[in-house]
Amino acid sequence: MVRVDGRGDSSSLIRVRGLDKKYQRGGEEIHVLQGLNLDVDKGDFVAFMGPSGSGKTTLLNLLGGLDVPSSGQVVVAGDEITHMSSGRLTKWRARHVGFIFQMYNLIPVLTAFQNVELPLLLTSLSKAERRRHVETALGVVGLADRMDHYPRQLSGGQEQRVTIARAIVSDPTFLLCDEPTGDLDRKSADGTMDLIQQLVKQHGKTVLMVTHDPVAARRADVTLHLDKGVLVEAGAGGAA
Amino acid sequence: MKFRGLIFANLFRKKLRLALTIGSFAVALFLFGLLAVVKGAFSQGVEIAGVDRLVVINRVSLIQPLPFSYRDKILRLPGVKLVTFDSWFGGIYQDPKNFFPQFAIDDENQRQVFPELEVPEVQWKAFLNDRQGAIVGASTAKRFQWKVGDRVPIRGTIYAGTWEFNIDGIYQGKRQADDETQFWFHSKYLEERAPVEAKGLIGWYTVKLSSPDDALRISRAIDEQFANSTYETHTDTEKSFALGFVKQMGNIGFLMTAIGTVVFFTLLLVTGNTMAIAVRERTAELAILKAVGFSDRFVLLMVMAESLTIAVVGAALGLGLAKVFTLMGDPTHGMLPLFILPPQSVGIGLGIALAVGAISGLLPAVGAMRLRIVNALRRV
Repeated sequence: MVRVDGRGDSSSLIRVRGLDKKYQRGGEEIHVLQGLNLDVDKGDFVAFMGPSGSGKTTLLNLLGGLDVPSSGQVVVAGDEITHMSSGRLTKWRARHVGFIFQMYNLIPVLTAFQNVELPLLLTSLSKAERRRHVETALGVVGLADRMDHYPRQLSGGQEQRVTIARAIVSDPTFLLCDEPTGDLDRKSADGTMDLIQQLVKQHGKTVLMVTHDPVAARRADVTLHLDKGVLVEAGAGGAA
Repeated sequence: MKFRGLIFANLFRKKLRLALTIGSFAVALFLFGLLAVVKGAFSQGVEIAGVDRLVVINRVSLIQPLPFSYRDKILRLPGVKLVTFDSWFGGIYQDPKNFFPQFAIDDENQRQVFPELEVPEVQWKAFLNDRQGAIVGASTAKRFQWKVGDRVPIRGTIYAGTWEFNIDGIYQGKRQADDETQFWFHSKYLEERAPVEAKGLIGWYTVKLSSPDDALRISRAIDEQFANSTYETHTDTEKSFALGFVKQMGNIGFLMTAIGTVVFFTLLLVTGNTMAIAVRERTAELAILKAVGFSDRFVLLMVMAESLTIAVVGAALGLGLAKVFTLMGDPTHGMLPLFILPPQSVGIGLGIALAVGAISGLLPAVGAMRLRIVNALRRV
């Protein structure tokens, strides 16, 4: 169950308390997140919406350990990540977080297979085991027959599916999606959302997604609005 | 090794740029190789000089002669084992550009003082029995396609007239660096035809010592013995003599170092710029690597590995070409006493290339290491 009132119990997969993030821009202090609370259970699919500059991506970066908060606490699966060293945070990300970005961010000189294999290079898996995992992940996203293709040989929708395969290949604790359909046409966007929804429903994945797209947001279990640095629950599914 | 694919994929991202950067290294190292060959040719005498040999020259200069009568006086000094002498002939074979050094030698002691230059016994005996006989180094013989039995005319520049010689033998150095360009003939033959004022004079003495430890003492003793005479001497070790000879041609070492420094500094700027561009254009990709769990140190090492790979491949190519070039033969046709790429120069070249690769890759690599994921992704 998703809560934003700070009253969730310690069994939550993701527990955020009093999260603050401030930026200095040209001598001016910008308070992006103000005492934000959030509880997300395993298997939840949460969409974050809000106007540009409201701090959605900042929140995602903090949850994914890509940025550090000004104050507050982020606990994921029992790990308090806000005070981890850079090195420990890097290892934590490799183990727990799968990232899906708007711009796909695939490495153009690597094939789909090699792109998906990247997170596994950091593990102790053998070459054969890595191959099996990659083939499974590409199979899940329906691109088993495109594994030797380079990103330039794939459509935008296919590239995004490779990104999803890369995000799930190491079986992370949760997925963070930053505008996953932002660069796709409607049909490809629907395909991508079908896939993300399938990961939640069939594979029990926990997904936190930032989106501007109300159609995409409707696929989530809960949509939260970020307004003036705090989260407001908008309701289940397409309550945006 | 599982990261090899990632490193190579990044290297081959821009094939033309990769080829040009490797080409820059290859050209620079090829040039370095050739400079090393020339420097080695000039300094090889210094490198291989016998530690148990002294050279006695006229105190005024090398081109001033010494009396033949000094030989026995030097030989009487304690610690002196053998004495031989040479005179510079300075003749021209067919054309002035066909330069090679010709010496009138002391056929009694030449082989004992310079045992590293080997002449087959039969040929040496033939030489001793032939007043116009000559022994020629293998390199010069090859250059002019001379063989034993050939008759060679050499026009004198210091000693007038055309001098006829019979090639009785060909000598070879025991070591690769030994000079095989010399042309020896009997000092008696020179003495016969030399003008009156040149009779009884020789060019310089080479003194073989019983022990190298006596070098300083005997040098002083020789020079003191002939002090305040018409022909004062200057005695030095063969190494110092060879060094002075090289210096007469200018500071070759400095010239080579200066050219090499300019070339490598330019290379550093070129490769540094290339690596900086290569890293800047994939900022987002580096951020993604970090996001999925690759450490800062990995990113640093990856960029350094790319830079060093370019350096090593380029250096191997350039030095390999330089080696092949030397193996194809001496383009100066024997004007240089030696035309080889010494193994230590290959090592130095590789070392310099690695240093350039490391320095040029370091700044972009540190930049990549310090890259903040959030900032990098925001730039996309």
